[in-house]
Amino acid sequence: MNRTYELMFIVRPDMAEEDQDKLISTLESAVTSFGGRVKSVERMGKRRLAYTVRKFQDGIYVLLTAEGSGGLMHELERRLRVSEPVIKFLTVRIDEEQKRLDKIKAIRAARRKASSTPAAAEAAGEPPAATA
Amino acid sequence: MTEETRVAAGSTTEAVATPERPERPERTERVERGERRPGRGSPGGAGGREGGARKFFRRKKVCKFCVEKIEAINYKDVRLLQQFVAESGKIVPRRLTGVCTPHQRRLSSAIKQARNIALLPFAGRA
Repeated sequence: MNRTYELMFIVRPDMAEEDQDKLISTLESAVTSFGGRVKSVERMGKRRLAYTVRKFQDGIYVLLTAEGSGGLMHELERRLRVSEPVIKFLTVRIDEEQKRLDKIKAIRAARRKASSTPAAAEAAGEPPAATA
Repeated sequence: MTEETRVAAGSTTEAVATPERPERPERTERVERGERRPGRGSPGGAGGREGGARKFFRRKKVCKFCVEKIEAINYKDVRLLQQFVAESGKIVPRRLTGVCTPHQRRLSSAIKQARNIALLPFAGRA
């Protein structure tokens, strides 16, 4: 229930602003109805695509970060697949990666504290020694 | 005739093999101190046998990610990924860029994700 996903999708470049907002709000309501939580919605604007997708050379990128179960993403992907203006999407699971990054940051912070204050070296000396 | 060629082949391989052996302990020391340098084993041996004069590549390349302490390789930062992609769109091998193995694995999966979402091309010019 605490999986974090990042969903990036590309919308047709000739789509109006209001339609985009409508699509995004539909997705957001789907997330909340499935018991998830939308973390952020980022519009990355119009970009040139690296290759032609459905005869389009440009596309509007949207990045949606949400927290929820796997079934939630399944439902979102299904909606994106049937929706006509969306031409491509990619879902990435980021909670494991986030855990790894936080762990590395914690180790680095502990190491920095140990190097700056020798008095705290006893307490901070244990985590780096345990992990190293 | 075949015996002669076999003897000749045997002697050349022996001649190349002995200079390689004393160099190996030096290389392992240097390798253990820093990051794992790629292209040390087989490309070095193949170069020695083929070139004759040249022994190893002697590349002091270090992994860019290890040096700058970049932990997260995101598929979204195209500019970083483009440095490791050739003109043709192919992923550049590790022995040319000097990236260490775990970072190369993460980099390659990030490039493949970027390709899927049309941020990087599958095939460029060539």
